[in-house]
Amino acid sequence: MEITLAHYLFVAAALFTIGVFGIFVNRKNVIIILMSIELVLLSVNINLVAFSAHLQNLQGQIFAMMVLTVAAAEAAVGLAILVTYFRNRGNIAVEDINQMRG
Amino acid sequence: MLASIAFYVLSVIAVISAFAVISVRNPVHSVLFLILTFFTSAGLFVLLGAEFLAMLLVVVYVGAVAVLFLFVVMMLDVDFAELKQGFLSYMPIGAIIALALFSELALVASASMSAQGAPISIATEQVSEVTNAEAIGQVLYTDYLLVFQMAGLVLFVAMIGAIVLTLRHRPGVKKQDIAAQVGRKRSEGVELKDIRPGQGLG
Repeated sequence: MEITLAHYLFVAAALFTIGVFGIFVNRKNVIIILMSIELVLLSVNINLVAFSAHLQNLQGQIFAMMVLTVAAAEAAVGLAILVTYFRNRGNIAVEDINQMRG
Repeated sequence: MLASIAFYVLSVIAVISAFAVISVRNPVHSVLFLILTFFTSAGLFVLLGAEFLAMLLVVVYVGAVAVLFLFVVMMLDVDFAELKQGFLSYMPIGAIIALALFSELALVASASMSAQGAPISIATEQVSEVTNAEAIGQVLYTDYLLVFQMAGLVLFVAMIGAIVLTLRHRPGVKKQDIAAQVGRKRSEGVELKDIRPGQGLG
């Protein structure tokens, strides 16, 4: 059984779907939502690398590195916001976050 | 053949651990499953011939992002059981949307398989003089120099943002003040006392 591009696309699709599903079911837990976003970005990376290997073109891998960079920056800023929010309110309930509105 | 077995094992572990990330009760376990997902995805990248990106994934995600998550999860004293409420109430709508999404993506993937006729094998054993890291280096610092610089800028801005968000000055906490420390004069620090013989320090 030869492994094809479509196999990798299926795996990436499953990871993407799990990430979106995680955002839906963990509506109250911001940490899990952030992890779900990481899963979604990881599945995008798998797609990019699979197409890069399939087309024999390095552009996809360069772009995957950019996605990696943005994911790391997003996690850092998201967790910093979370820590500040927790310090001010003592919990991380997502429903009350609209009180941050100015 | 071995590559096929490795692919199936890695992808099954990746999907199962990704599902565990969003479904286990303890967020610490959740982060550990996230690390497992990243590791297995790095294995998939190696199978695809992208060794450099695989190592980058391990270093950046497992070494930095997952540890950051672990720190935050352990630092915040939150009642996670309470946050788990409503898991089942959002389940049906989430499952419907996830199912629709997955079927759409799977449709596209299978269409790409059938559109190209015979299954396309991803060339894993391609013989090439330059390694993957060398090939990336050859284009990253020439053709994609601007993109590379912009990635550095993004990380820089994120770093400053995270520091500004979490930095705070609490009043009443004693801290080292280097300017005051260095600017001390002899007259402020040393005092000469005349002591008469036979008496101690008064």
